[in-house]
Amino acid sequence: MEATNITTQKKKRSFGEWARSRDGQKVFVMIAFLIVPLVLLIVFTYLPFAEMVSYSFYNMKYTGARKFVGWKNYMKVFQRSDCFGALKLSLYYMLGSVVQLAIALYLATMLSFKTRFGDLFKGFMFFPFLINGIAVGFIFKFFYTRGFVFDTVLQWCGFQLDNLPYWLKDQSINNFSLVGTSVWRYFGQNMVLFIGAIMSVDPELYEASMLDGANKWHQFLYIILPSIKTILTLNVILSITGSLSAFEPPYVITDGANGTGTYFVIMHQIAHTQQKVGLASAMAVVLLGIILIVTVAQKLFFKYVFKNSEDEDINAAVKREKKLAKLAAKKEGR
Amino acid sequence: MTVFGHIKKFILIFLKYASLVFFSLVAIIPLVSCVITAFKPDAEYNSTNVMTPPSSWLYFENFVSAFKKAGMGRAFINSTIILIAVLILSVFIGTQLAYVLNRFQFFGNTLIRNLFLVACQLPGVAMQIAVYEMMYKLGFINNMFGYILMTCGTDVISIYIYIQFFENIDYSLDESAIMDGASYFTIFYKILLPLLKPAIVTACILKGVGTYNEYYNANLYLQDKKRYATVATSLYTFVGPLGSKYNLICAGVIISLLPALIVFITCQKQIYSGLTAGAVKG
Repeated sequence: MEATNITTQKKKRSFGEWARSRDGQKVFVMIAFLIVPLVLLIVFTYLPFAEMVSYSFYNMKYTGARKFVGWKNYMKVFQRSDCFGALKLSLYYMLGSVVQLAIALYLATMLSFKTRFGDLFKGFMFFPFLINGIAVGFIFKFFYTRGFVFDTVLQWCGFQLDNLPYWLKDQSINNFSLVGTSVWRYFGQNMVLFIGAIMSVDPELYEASMLDGANKWHQFLYIILPSIKTILTLNVILSITGSLSAFEPPYVITDGANGTGTYFVIMHQIAHTQQKVGLASAMAVVLLGIILIVTVAQKLFFKYVFKNSEDEDINAAVKREKKLAKLAAKKEGR
Repeated sequence: MTVFGHIKKFILIFLKYASLVFFSLVAIIPLVSCVITAFKPDAEYNSTNVMTPPSSWLYFENFVSAFKKAGMGRAFINSTIILIAVLILSVFIGTQLAYVLNRFQFFGNTLIRNLFLVACQLPGVAMQIAVYEMMYKLGFINNMFGYILMTCGTDVISIYIYIQFFENIDYSLDESAIMDGASYFTIFYKILLPLLKPAIVTACILKGVGTYNEYYNANLYLQDKKRYATVATSLYTFVGPLGSKYNLICAGVIISLLPALIVFITCQKQIYSGLTAGAVKG
């Protein structure tokens, strides 16, 4: 009896000691600080994700009985014309994001040189990013209504109303109209990201290149473009996966009517309106798989491309150093 | 410089400003048209072109009526509660997580970082199919507390802002405090957290704007629009029978984006720098 008491006391003391030691404290702090975020992450992301994969094998609603159907839901995803076919609408959004990145890159370059009212221009172009999605929906339903804002502006530019299409109903144009709203909303944000990257360039580089007789185009090609390489690649990757999962413009403006239903809009309707949770889950899993493959493929692609250009970069850095040395020598000489 | 050079320079400058003005107009014309329309009474709205300025800039009837019809008073209270709770919670969760991930080397550090990174790349809309079931099981439908927890649980960008900031705080600061016998809790709360203030402000502005503008999840989980509407979801009132009264709708839209506009005007710098910080790592 006594012996066991002593041993437990010993153990307790040693545990107490451990708890008071630095190592013990470290573990306590780690547990205390990590437990909440990890529980939230698991409960609201990884558990649902696991459940979603299992739902995709059932014929089920949110409530009531469920029936195991095996791969049937997945087969339906590829067979139903409204499911997988909707993915071709992503092409519009990919095109839109190319335009968007090009505009953003151009404007960022312009604004990174000295500009009058630069902050004002930047502010105007960035603000659409801060507007909530529903408001954007209303603004553009209004904007594109027959004879309203867009038509009026085009009439100022000399177009005839009779020659203009119905921007949201005409199936040959309405997806472009929707993509336009997405470009409107995000080009300013892209621009701000690019400006941030361009600003991190050492201003001496511009001066040095000017002395070497470089013009603005050379500066863009050899100084600005390399400095934003990382963020540009990141945005290209994001824009392609973003196009596959395009959702907001059709959801808030047309609700997927007249052939504007992207994959996710249709998935949302199947899940929450028709309550075919199994089929919707299968759709989600299929698209997540595609996104994963595309992302990995792109990362490998860019890694390959940049591996080749890395060597050039080193040369460029050496050249820059030489230029700066020359510059210094010139000054000394004077 | 030659004459030719001067002309070329002039043309380039002209093109630069022309394109800046053009894209600024593209960005604000949809908003300007909304402001114009919001100041028009019904009769004037029906009889004039949408781009014709209103006869009076002092006609506020639409704003009052939109505010009442959409129940925006209640919505602003709800949005404020959600905003404050989410910000406080996410500051604590985010800074503590970033502290452990940045200061402690342990087995699983990289794993946890990757778990958060992967989580933010899963598209939200797809995840909501299953998150909805989870929220339903937990009794979190039409429950502000549940909605707040869920919003905090998927916060990744601010974690990156904090980690980046921690990387720039010298570790010798921690070491000297340890020498003085301070516990890790003291080091975190008394020394590091105050230093983190600029990062917290930046992260809060970004998270705040995001939370305020969030409408998809808010619509899904706070379905009882009478009691739990947020400012963004209160705009759903205008879908349906009121759907063509754009003078009223525009007024509601403008009320809903005023807070974002005010935050933007006062905190431009933090918003820009926060976005850049979050993007490079994310």
